[in-house]
Amino acid sequence: MNPSASRIKVQPATESEGRKDYIRIQDYGFWYGAKKALDAISLDVPERRVVAFIGPSGCGKSTLLRNLNRMNDLVDGIRHEGDIQIAGRSIYDPGIEVISLRRRVGMVFQKSNPFPKSIYDNVVYALRIMGVTDRALLDEACETSLRKAALWDEVKDRLNDSALGLSGGQMQRLCIARAIANRPEILLMDEPCSALDPIATGKIEELIHELKAQFTIVIVTHSMQQAARVSDHTAFFYLGKLIEYDTTEKIFMNPSQAQTEAYISGRFG
Amino acid sequence: MTQVTNDTSAPKGEPWVWFTSLGLIVGLTMVAGLLALVLYNGFSVFWAPPVPTVKLSDGTVLMGQMAQHRVRPDSPASQPKYERQYQVGLRELNGTSYVWADEAKIVQENFPPQTMGLERMENGPAFVTPIAFVDSKGQRVLFKKESFEGLTSEVEYAAEIREELNAIQRQKIGAVNAKMEASRIDLRRAEDRSEPTAAIKTQIAALELEFNQLRELAEKVKAQNALAKIEVRDARGREVVLPMATIVRAWLPNDMSVWDRVSLFFSRLREFLFDEPREANTEGGLMPAIFGTLVMTVFMSLMVTPFGVIAAIYLREYAKDGVVLRMVRISVNNLAGVPSIVFGVFGLGFFVYVLGGSIDQLFFSDQLKYNNNTPVFGTGGLLWCSLTLALMTLPVVIVATEEALSAVPRGMREASLAAGASKWQTIRDILLPASAPGILTGVILAMARGAGEVAPLMLVGVVKLAPTLPVDMVEPFLHFDRKFMHLGFHIYDLGFQSPDSDAARPMVFATTLLLIVLVVCLNLGAITIRNRLRARYKGASF
Ligand SMILES: Nc1ncnc2c1ncn2[C@@H]1O[C@H](COP(=O)(O)OP(=O)(O)O)[C@@H](O)[C@H]1O
Ligand SMILES: [Mg+2]
Repeated sequence: MNPSASRIKVQPATESEGRKDYIRIQDYGFWYGAKKALDAISLDVPERRVVAFIGPSGCGKSTLLRNLNRMNDLVDGIRHEGDIQIAGRSIYDPGIEVISLRRRVGMVFQKSNPFPKSIYDNVVYALRIMGVTDRALLDEACETSLRKAALWDEVKDRLNDSALGLSGGQMQRLCIARAIANRPEILLMDEPCSALDPIATGKIEELIHELKAQFTIVIVTHSMQQAARVSDHTAFFYLGKLIEYDTTEKIFMNPSQAQTEAYISGRFG
Repeated sequence: MTQVTNDTSAPKGEPWVWFTSLGLIVGLTMVAGLLALVLYNGFSVFWAPPVPTVKLSDGTVLMGQMAQHRVRPDSPASQPKYERQYQVGLRELNGTSYVWADEAKIVQENFPPQTMGLERMENGPAFVTPIAFVDSKGQRVLFKKESFEGLTSEVEYAAEIREELNAIQRQKIGAVNAKMEASRIDLRRAEDRSEPTAAIKTQIAALELEFNQLRELAEKVKAQNALAKIEVRDARGREVVLPMATIVRAWLPNDMSVWDRVSLFFSRLREFLFDEPREANTEGGLMPAIFGTLVMTVFMSLMVTPFGVIAAIYLREYAKDGVVLRMVRISVNNLAGVPSIVFGVFGLGFFVYVLGGSIDQLFFSDQLKYNNNTPVFGTGGLLWCSLTLALMTLPVVIVATEEALSAVPRGMREASLAAGASKWQTIRDILLPASAPGILTGVILAMARGAGEVAPLMLVGVVKLAPTLPVDMVEPFLHFDRKFMHLGFHIYDLGFQSPDSDAARPMVFATTLLLIVLVVCLNLGAITIRNRLRARYKGASF
């Protein structure tokens, strides 16, 4: 692949007033039982920017992403070392509950996973479990989230229909709406477009551009074009190690590591 | 061509298709045969066929409905000889209702139109030739074809009076008796504690007065019909007078239209479904048993579902995987294979004696002390039956729920947790609704097993004849302590404990049919609910 595919404008990091180490990963190592999946990762994600994780399958992108909201706590026999901080506070801080962490860090999965409930109930799920019962508040949150997810016009007349009747692309945008309904600060996306057709993919990418104004976004992607199109910074992983992390422009135009160069030009992966 | 047929490397799987399908066919044939047998025999109970008068070569004359036709056990297989069984009725005269006749000895068989069938309150049916009847005013009417309608209305009047008497005896006198019982206990208690007894004694006297008045009323009602009777002649020419009050139904089996037969069929079916049993349960209806079975099954389901679901949630969602969990799983699965009578013994030993005994000690000590130690909960009853069967079917629900929970896509669970839901919120809002159809499948299986179970119930509260229903209009409406009747036990009792097994046989089939229908209905109901849920939780497309 030609690095010049990153023609899409890469916003210079300086444009933001947000802090540069909004998410700070320090010497982070992670084990599934005896298997080491991450090895001494250090990386800072700036506020209100899009960071893409790229790398061959099994290199630990999802593992790192799922550590950011401690979804991996569900797996038996895991262990970690080092630390991850969000806005200056460790996510392993005993004073922070996992639940409140997850409320601040929304997540969109590779396979869209709407609940077998109505569209409305899906979107306001996070608010409901937080105890919000005020119908007006819920209605408003539902509309804003669906608008932000660019789904409102398509579903506004059938909010009470089952979410399982939507198309694949709509379902994934619904999952995005659901993830942002309780206004998290960070949005994690694990290959959100891998099951979608190009048109649906285009819509989601546009969406990511818009969401960036409010959320810090970390996206795992298999498509180098996508990383180039949507992200400001790109991290390249290989076998559990962070090989190179820089602005997307730099990674795709002028990588400093030979492995990165080889990967993005399609010579391995 | 030859090359193809000689190709030995091709897999030779085809014979197994036939072999396996044979298994299916054998199984299906057996089930279909069983159902056909039960259907045929069950429904023929209500059908009134023509009734022959048969002359035998030794001069005997029989009049009765043919009940069986079979090869004589002493005849050689190469030249089978047959014999027939006739239900001639009039057990008080003949000693038995049924007579065998060698088919070779039958010299004449005809169907005289005046032959009459009578269903009676006692001593089984009667097949006779009517002579005359006396109506309730004492008017004697010689029987002719035209007077049959008059007879029918007399029979109906007799039924009305029986119903009236029943209302007085069972309901009003029953209520007075219950009050009297309570007052006597009060009296004994008061005497024991040397408290004043005058008020209680006047109360008892008032109740006794009421009791006597009701008895008198009952006698008066009975007297309205005392004159009515029917004079008949049996096949041997003996004349008998039958009080009208004992006649349930009269029909002319050789002189009625198909329509009459159909309406007789439905009238008997209605009696079977909605009336109470007579004659040691071999005749009349099954309403108390149907009701008891339904109520017990419903309570069993209501008890087993929450326990099973909660246990399964713990096992699947909270318990840490390990040796203990595996042992528990194995035990639960093996529990499903424990013979049901073992649960009956456990129910009797633990629920009835230990739990029931303690409840009596704690809450009904007065009752025990002043009522000759008559237990309330310390004896078999609806509650213990439901609990015993709930325990027996618990593994079914647990296994089904566990499977349903684990079948919920992982993505849904993760989505909920990622949205900041706690584990319990995820279970309550996502996992349980999504696994509701699977849980219901388990409940259906549990119901199907519980509704047909007899052995354990015999130990913990099912009886041959219960004077009252477990749910009625007397406070507290739901009588968990009462013994009740059950269709499965009814079948056992009719078929194997009845003194007159010939008379009981048709009812065994009819009751079996009813039990099958009941279980199918319960299942259909639950399946409908499950499908509704499924439709709600499964979307149109993906
Ligand atoms: N739940 C798990 N248990 C054990 N090993 C896992 C688990 N999830 C992932 N792994 C392993 O960790 C490594 C990294 O996986 P993952 O983060 O999913 O890779 P990627 O998303 O980059 O394809 C892989 O070798 C994978 O086999
Ligand atoms: Mg992955």
